[in-house]
Amino acid sequence: MSGVTLKRLNKTFGELPAVDGVSIDIREGELIALLGPSGCGKTTTLRMVAGFVEPSSGSVHFGERDVTRVPVHHRNVGMVFQGYALFPHLSVAKNIEFGLKVRRWDRTRVQKRVDEMLEWVQLGRFSERRPRDLSGGQQQRVAVARAMAIHPDVLLLDEPFSALDAKLRLQMRSEIRELQREAGITSVFVTHDQEEAMAIADRIGVMNHGKLEQLGSAQDLYLRPASRFVAGFIGKCNVLEGRIAGTRQFETKSGQQLQYSNEHAAGSGALCFRPEHGELVRAARADANNISVTLKAVTYLGADTEYELVADNGERLLVMAASSSVAGAAFKAGERLVLSWRSQDSFVVD
Amino acid sequence: MSAARTIYLLLVVAILAFLVAPLVVIVWASFFSDKILSFPPGGYTLDWYARAWQQPDFVAGFLMSIKIALCAMAGSLLLGVPASLAIERFRFPGRESVRQLLLAPMYVPAIVAGAAVYLYYIQFEISTEVQLAATFPGLLLAHTLVALPWTMRLICASLATTTGIAEEAAQSLGANALQTFFYVTLPIIRPGLIAAALFSFIASFSELEESLFLVGPGKTTLPIAIVNYLEWNLDSTIAAVATVQILIIGTALLVSDRYVNLGKAF
Repeated sequence: MSGVTLKRLNKTFGELPAVDGVSIDIREGELIALLGPSGCGKTTTLRMVAGFVEPSSGSVHFGERDVTRVPVHHRNVGMVFQGYALFPHLSVAKNIEFGLKVRRWDRTRVQKRVDEMLEWVQLGRFSERRPRDLSGGQQQRVAVARAMAIHPDVLLLDEPFSALDAKLRLQMRSEIRELQREAGITSVFVTHDQEEAMAIADRIGVMNHGKLEQLGSAQDLYLRPASRFVAGFIGKCNVLEGRIAGTRQFETKSGQQLQYSNEHAAGSGALCFRPEHGELVRAARADANNISVTLKAVTYLGADTEYELVADNGERLLVMAASSSVAGAAFKAGERLVLSWRSQDSFVVD
Repeated sequence: MSAARTIYLLLVVAILAFLVAPLVVIVWASFFSDKILSFPPGGYTLDWYARAWQQPDFVAGFLMSIKIALCAMAGSLLLGVPASLAIERFRFPGRESVRQLLLAPMYVPAIVAGAAVYLYYIQFEISTEVQLAATFPGLLLAHTLVALPWTMRLICASLATTTGIAEEAAQSLGANALQTFFYVTLPIIRPGLIAAALFSFIASFSELEESLFLVGPGKTTLPIAIVNYLEWNLDSTIAAVATVQILIIGTALLVSDRYVNLGKAF
């Protein structure tokens, strides 16, 4: 068991950089999610940790051990594949014991470990079944048991829930999270689903175009996104184009003065705030950012109600408010209103 | 039942009859008791089978064909399995060309290929003084070439049904390349492997045209023995021999159909 360190990992396929200078320090026992759209380099990064892809430059360390040039089968990684990749010709028990057999464990030790794993994932009575006779969730548990049986240094999960239906996905998500915590194993998990990443990861690395855009807790990413991409990828976000006009002062393209709260170098950028931080009022508020808007549409979503707005310069904005709040009920589509939000909820990104 | 369906069914039956009728006639004729093949038969007998077995040419040809078919099967598997693996599991420049090249013997008319191989053997002998034409190794090489495309097709098809991710899983669990091949790849492609073995056996066992150029005196294969016999005789011995051949090939086909969906491989 160890932490995992990725140092300036690069991978180019031909001319194309697939992974571009990714450095991550994964603490022992931590679960990191690599999140991003398809083609962002998250899977290639995972495959470099596993050893299936050799980095063009940079290094991978398991604890103190530099494994960059170590072939997959000597790396001691547990991997759960997209679609599980169970051996179709072997029973559940034989799938789990595979890694132990190639490690030449003696028979009693293998048997003991297999029984342990079967019990851990609660598949004891399915041990003689073939993978095709199991449900998706059960297959997934076999895949996890098989990967964990070998006492890996690190557990790698490649879109492990993508083959499951929505309901089972939620269940397996928390199951895997529990199993991972229980085993205390350092894990890297690849997904394109931000909700999934936020639900189970200790920290999330958001990737785009081969680069690690930001690494942080779900809260960090949501409340203090480092880039416009992260702001837009994690949750919904209102974006106002403009430039930095002074200390914590932002000027929109149409010349409106707004305040924001984060540190940001001078120059052009975009001021962002989350839809739930905005409030619709009839008159501008003191000590807040205000812009005048026209209410385009009101969508009732149950607990929340969504207000679609258009600013005077044509920018589209969104406000989300609890449906139970009385204030919203009075507004009608087409009305001219003021969108108001606190400067401490505003942040500027490139 | 609609008219279209009736016509369709009749057509299917007609085609089937067209294909099967010669086989039925051969099997039937092998039991005729007349000295010279004539119709309708004067009576029935099993004598021809016994007689065929007493003809040294047929026995030798039969044994030779079995021997060469088994060797060609082994050869085409030893070459075809690694080649299919390389083509299906790795990307390298010229991959598709290699695939087509290895399938090519299937598309070249056998008589042309036979002449080409023969000429090549002669040239080879002139420059190296190693004789291949009219030898067992020479014949075996040619038969391996005939069997190879069948192996390639069937093994490639069964490798294509899995993406190689099971092999990756094996590697991540600590299996080296050999362990991965023997514990994972081979069991997964086992049905395709069995079918490939049977098909390459059949391809070699029934091969006539190329062999015509390449067999040595007194070392003919069964199909050639049949042709030779037909030149001078017209009795039911030939039908008896052919019936045995049909039985062997039919059995091999039936067995391989149990392992792979042949329709998928072609």
